[in-house]
Amino acid sequence: MGFADSLDNYLILAGALFAIGAFGFLARRNAISMLMSIELMLNAVNLAIVAFGAFVPALQGDGAIIALMVMAVAAAEATVGLAIVIAIFRNRRTPLVDEYDAMRR
Amino acid sequence: MRAWLYLIGGLIAFGVVATPGLAVMLLFGGDAADILLASLATLMLVSAIAVVTMRDIIRCGLAMIVSFLALAGIYVILRAPIVAAAQVIIYIGAISVLILFAIMLTQDKVAPARLVFQTQALPAGIAAIVLAVLVALAAVGTDWPGAVDRIGIATVEVAQLLFDEYLLPFEVVSVLLLAAVVGGVFLAKREPSQRDEGPI
Repeated sequence: MGFADSLDNYLILAGALFAIGAFGFLARRNAISMLMSIELMLNAVNLAIVAFGAFVPALQGDGAIIALMVMAVAAAEATVGLAIVIAIFRNRRTPLVDEYDAMRR
Repeated sequence: MRAWLYLIGGLIAFGVVATPGLAVMLLFGGDAADILLASLATLMLVSAIAVVTMRDIIRCGLAMIVSFLALAGIYVILRAPIVAAAQVIIYIGAISVLILFAIMLTQDKVAPARLVFQTQALPAGIAAIVLAVLVALAAVGTDWPGAVDRIGIATVEVAQLLFDEYLLPFEVVSVLLLAAVVGGVFLAKREPSQRDEGPI
């Protein structure tokens, strides 16, 4: 049958993981949960990139390099994002994003 | 008494993960890669759903580590060992630990008892399902040009490209990481003179 030998299966998997991450980003109230959902979405994109690299000979090395770059940028993004969340938490004493309403009042 | 409950829970989780692999093996006659892909994909999606739905955020972080590990296994099935190793080192070793530290720094006892989702959770769920279905339809309906069998990604070729053609992005990423470290320390640093109760 060859489930593992079809590019479509990996892309469907990546789409499902991206959708789960998008749902978490839109639906969760906790700022750190939203950051975790962003990490899930980045992982989904990485899976799609590596799948293309593994199935298309012209993209063979480039896919892995783009995936590694995405991982490095995700590490930088997680560092700065979590630092921002900690700085806001120190001022507001809550991690819930719907209580950060200083610019709406 | 609690140990038995944990054992039964572990067996149920193993059954949930192993069932798709067994189904692939028995119904479609897949080989080892198919069985592993079905089981790891189930593990990854179930733990990702646990990340976005569970109430206790520290368990969300631990479920996220399981999801990352399953994805590393899928990279191995894709024959991309360098990406799998980087996934384990960077995501599980660095980013997950960073997120767990941030969770422990920012959560108080009352947070898990309150409502987990925003009021827009239902439209967000509908939009996510529509997104997944559209991506699946587009992936199946497109005839990808140049796609052949699963050839994998050779580490030697990655190394030669990384230090030849992609040398400038490689160096730029190192500068970016340095800037992120400095920025993270600056943002999270406690101001000694200024008390809390800021205007944010």
